[in-house]
This record gives sequence, C-alpha cells and structure tokens, in this order.
Amino acid sequence: MPGGLLGIESLDRVEIEHILDRAKRFQPRQTDAKKSDQLRGRMIVNLFFEASTRTRTSFEIAAKRLGADAISITASASSVSKGESLVDTLNTLGAMHPDAIVMRHAASGAPHFLARYLPTPIINAGDGTHEHPTQALLDARTILDRRPTLEGLRVAIIGDIAHSRVARSNMYLLSKFGAQIVLCGPASLLPPELTELAPNISLTHKMEDAIRDADVIMMLRVQLERQHEAAFSANEYFQFYGLRLEHMSLAKPDAIVMHPGPINRGREISSEVADSQRSVILNQVENGIAVRMAVLERILGN
Amino acid sequence: MDPASHVDAVRDVAIEDGRIAAIGQNLDAAGATELDASGLIVAPGFIDMHVHLREPGFEHAETIESGSRAAAAGGFTSICCMPNTSPINDNATVTSYIIERAERHAVVNVFPIGAITKGSAGEQLAAIGLMKEAGIVAISDDGRPVMNARVMRRAMETARSFGLPVIDHCEDLHLSAGGDMNEGVESVRLGLRGIPAASEDVMVARDILLAQLTGARFHVAHISSRHSVEMLAFAKARGLPVTSEATPHHFALSDSEMPPYDSNYKMKPPLRSTCDVAAITDGIVNGAIDAIATDHAPHAGSEKMQEFEQCPFGILGLETAIGITLERLVHPGKITLMRMIELFTTGPDRVLNLNRGRLAIGSHADVTLFDTQRSWTYDVNRSASKSRNSPFHGYTFRGGPVASIVSGKLAWAADHVGLGVPAASQ
Repeated sequence: MPGGLLGIESLDRVEIEHILDRAKRFQPRQTDAKKSDQLRGRMIVNLFFEASTRTRTSFEIAAKRLGADAISITASASSVSKGESLVDTLNTLGAMHPDAIVMRHAASGAPHFLARYLPTPIINAGDGTHEHPTQALLDARTILDRRPTLEGLRVAIIGDIAHSRVARSNMYLLSKFGAQIVLCGPASLLPPELTELAPNISLTHKMEDAIRDADVIMMLRVQLERQHEAAFSANEYFQFYGLRLEHMSLAKPDAIVMHPGPINRGREISSEVADSQRSVILNQVENGIAVRMAVLERILGN
Repeated sequence: MDPASHVDAVRDVAIEDGRIAAIGQNLDAAGATELDASGLIVAPGFIDMHVHLREPGFEHAETIESGSRAAAAGGFTSICCMPNTSPINDNATVTSYIIERAERHAVVNVFPIGAITKGSAGEQLAAIGLMKEAGIVAISDDGRPVMNARVMRRAMETARSFGLPVIDHCEDLHLSAGGDMNEGVESVRLGLRGIPAASEDVMVARDILLAQLTGARFHVAHISSRHSVEMLAFAKARGLPVTSEATPHHFALSDSEMPPYDSNYKMKPPLRSTCDVAAITDGIVNGAIDAIATDHAPHAGSEKMQEFEQCPFGILGLETAIGITLERLVHPGKITLMRMIELFTTGPDRVLNLNRGRLAIGSHADVTLFDTQRSWTYDVNRSASKSRNSPFHGYTFRGGPVASIVSGKLAWAADHVGLGVPAASQ
C-alpha cells in the first residue's frame, strides 16, 4: 500500500481493517481537533480527468485536515485539451515531485498503466468501469458504524452493475469479509461472469428478490452515458429498478440504504427513501473524508 | 523435410540460379558455396499469409524493408501483406507500387493482398480484376470487414471468376463495437468492454453460407473462437472450399494471461478463453485449420503507450512464430514436425497458389533452416521490425529460425551459426 492504492481486489483483510480502524479515529465525533499537521509539507495533486465534485472535494479536505498541501487539476483546464498524452501529462507532474497523485480517469486501468511508469504513489479515485477503492472503504466504514461485522450480512447492490466501479470495489471488499452479495439489474447491465469475480455473489433480475432480508441496500447511479442502445426509459427503469418505500418492508427492519451519489431522485431512488431514516447517504459523504484521511496517512505517513 | 513430397530424410540440396537444382545424397559441391545444415531442419521456405507492412502510409511503424527483414529473421521467405495501408491497396496502382518497392527493398518475397471494397468501406467493390493482373494473390478487407452480406456475395462471385480466394477478418462490427478485449470474466473484472466470440462466429457462419451460394474459395483469417473452428470443420466435411489460419498468439495465450491493461496483449480478434485456445489447438491438430499466420501488426511505441482503450489493436508476430509453434505444439507432442512445416508451407500455398512452399527440383529456392533444440530468448528491442509491440518479449523458446534463403540468396542467418551476413539486395 505505500506504493499507492489502485484497487480493492489486491488488498488483503488486514490492510483494509487497518484503514477502517484508522478512519474511525478521523470521524468528526471521535476527534475535536479538525486539523492536524501529520502530513505537513507534503504535496498531493488531485488530477481529475472526469467531472467530479464530491470525490475531489473529499480528497482535498482529507489532505488539508492532515496538514498536507493539495492542488486540484481538472482535465478540461489542463494540457490534455492541447493533445498531450496521459503519460506526458503525468511525467510532467511527476517531475514536480508531488508526494502522491490522486487520479480519476474515464478509462479503466489508466492509473494501473501509469503506475508502471511513474514512481509517485497513485491513489485511484475511480477508473472507468473498473474500481473506486475509496468508495468501497467508506461504504464499509459506514456499514460498520451500524453493524459489528460485515460477515454474514446480506448486501443488495442494485442498478447498472456492468458499468459500475463502485459495485466492483464493493463486491471485492464485502466478499473478503464474508458478506453475502446479491447483484440486481436488467440482464443487459448484469453480465453473468460477475459471480466469478469473488465468492458469495449471486445475481437476480428481480428487485424484490434482491431486497428480501437485506441488511444493506446499495443503489447505483444510472449511467445513461454508458448504456447506449440498452438504456431504459426513466419511467420504465424506475418501475423495475427504482427503490421505493414499499420495497423497504421486504428488507430487514433495521436495513440501511446507501448510494454513492450523485443521486437521481425518481430515477433509481424515490425521494421518500433517500430522505428517510434508513438512508445513510450523508453519513457516507462524511466517512468519505475520514477514510481518505486514513488512506493518505497510510500512503504518506512515516 | 518436405511435406509436399513426404520426404523426411538427410539430403543435400543444390541450388542454382535461384532454383532448386538437385536433391539427393552426397551431391557434388565443387565450385559451390556450401552451407552445413547438420543438426538443423531444412524445410521449404515458410510463408506468412497475413502480415501488415504499413507501407505506404505508416512508415513510422514499419516499412516493406523492415517488415521483410523481420520476416526473414523469423524464418519466413514469403509474406502476404494486407491492404490496409494509406492509401489502401484497392487498385492496381497501389498494388504495383508495393510490388516495385518490394523488388527493390524487401529481402523476402512479398505478395500483396488487395482490398475487397474501395477504401475498404464495405460498399463498392474494388478493382479486383486489375489488381489480380498487377499481382495480388487474394482479396480481404482485413480489419474493416464487409458488413453487408450482399456486397460480400458479389465480392465472392468476382473473386471466383478471377480465381482468387476471399480472406475475411470475421467480425460483426456492430456486435464488437467499442470492445477492447475478449468478453468474459476477465473483461468484467477489468471493467473493459468485451468483444464476444459470437461476433466472430456469426460472420464465419455467414461467409460459409455465402461460399456455398457462390462457390468461392473462402478463407477465415486469424480464427480465434471454438464455435468458428467447429463450423469450419462442419463446412469442410460438407466439401465446401473453405480454409482457415490461426495465429501463434491465439493458440499460445488466453485472455486470463494478460497482465492487467498491457496493450501488447491487445489485438483483434482478442485473446480468447482457455477453452477457445484449446479448440484452436485441436483445429490445428485435426485439420480444420490449414495454416499458421502471424497477423504481424506493428504499431509505434507512442501508439501503444496510452490508456488501454485508446491503444490500437495488433502485435508483432514474424520473429516468434516458429519458437511459439515448437514450444506449444511440437514439443508437447500435439503435432509432428512435418505437420508444423505443412502449416507454414503447403498449407498457405494451397490457399493462395503462390507456387511456393515445396522443395522440388525446379522450384524457387526458398528454404527455411531452423533448429528444434537450442534455447533462445526473444528480445523485442533487437527486433528487425520498426515496432516493439510484442507480448512475447523475454520469452525463452526451445528451437527457432536459423537461416532464411530466398531464391537462393541468404536473406538472414542467426548470429550464432556464422553463416555470414545477410546477402540482402542492398
């Protein structure tokens, strides 16, 4: 992990537990001091080749709370729009000797490709339809704030699984800790090979089957831009795969509802559910900062 | 060893004026240059029927000269170049240009393959007859396959009347659109868009039926899927004039062996599942597959140094074909050495009628010398190609090419044998 964080798939339980434990100590209610100087003098570059407000801001705040300097660059404002290749952009930034690069890119594997050529640790803030490791870590932190363990939990992940980096990272993490994962979506967004990625994964096309007895319901954003001809109309999608209050009676009484954001009310989740007591969506955002602090500390701390 | 005459014996081969003059024991070598091939296999010159030479248009990645040198260094004495140059080889002028450039600069025989349609756009047939007169040996819209079955039908009819085979890169472009690797567990794991094997299968099926309809000779390029192999075997059993080739990488590597996002493993058709790899091997063993061809596809380093999904498709192949075939098919006992030679000589020659690929008195003195035991390691940085995109860099092979003789001239010899420097045309 000192070399960076590219994905959850290759992490072991001990490493994940370590980050989740440290993240707990960075939660606002655990500490009065908002800012430390643990990473004073360290420079972190947030390089976002894809639009993102929450993840970028979250990483920025995490860096600043640890006393590090953080610079954010968005692709449209950078030399990428002048035709510079990804390798050259990163080499240029690398020559400025940042201590870590936080990177989001629309191409799966872009950070893995760069990690082969760049000595600077790279933290993957989402690569294409592959992984989004800090999202899975913050989701696990959020679940563990309410449950003693992930083992044996029934977690439904619902929506466009095929194109979801959030789903992949969560599958890997939850599976490593013995949760039962039910993936749910229309067949065009739910390739059968998903069950072979990790143990304890099952598939269903029926929302009711996914939610029945669930401890955790994770909704995913509908990624219209990736679905092309298989896209459902908003109305039809919500009818079959939108989470509504009536579904909640099928889940465990204390089940929680999660969403990586940004949410589309009335598209994949109804306002009533998003704003209900069951929803932990804002806790996820809060934990995002804590988990990213833990990750930065792990990668940059001495 | 000569598959055409079923000869497997220790013999002397005499070459005179670019032709095989005599084959026998203890031939008189007085006044001749002697080449001691003891311990080596002497075979008819190998033919690679599927190569991209990039000239004209993409000389930064390969030229006719550099590609031909890579061919010679891989033990090939004849190569067939695909028409996807710039301009595309869809008319006799481009065909003649390639042939003239090859005569001046190539160290092996170069046989151009013409486009099926103008600009390989899949709409209007190219000047197939005129290209045939200029010297093409087949037609293909390799890489940009003809999607319209009616156009393909007309192409097959035209090819038949000019005695040319139709080589199809079988890929339904709608089904494969946007894909970067084989569709399966690995593509789902890596979050890369998949190219389903079915995108190959549906076109193989279509073309077999069109070959039946038109009576044309149809050849499947770089077959990669198990269902396609089954269909080929079925069509052959029904007596249809269909043939196929497989690349070394499709019988040597599966998609699960790709290091994550390594673009030197990105090609079309993509590396398939282990199941498909086994089927390609079986097809080579049982005859559903007629030839081994490399689909040598050079790309400049900068083109492959990008996000995986941005990288072009294709890998080098000429210099590693013999090593891979020995390593994966001959040494494990899947095929005999004679069958291997057939796949590189009479196999492609039967498809293309090049009048090459045999060691017979009076035939062109194209000879491939290779050994089956000496270990060597492929260093792509020493490649004769202008490009470096090979997944086999650093692989160690037991056995490989030793020398290539083209029309009686030494085109290339391995450093260790001391046969002298290549007697190239310049």
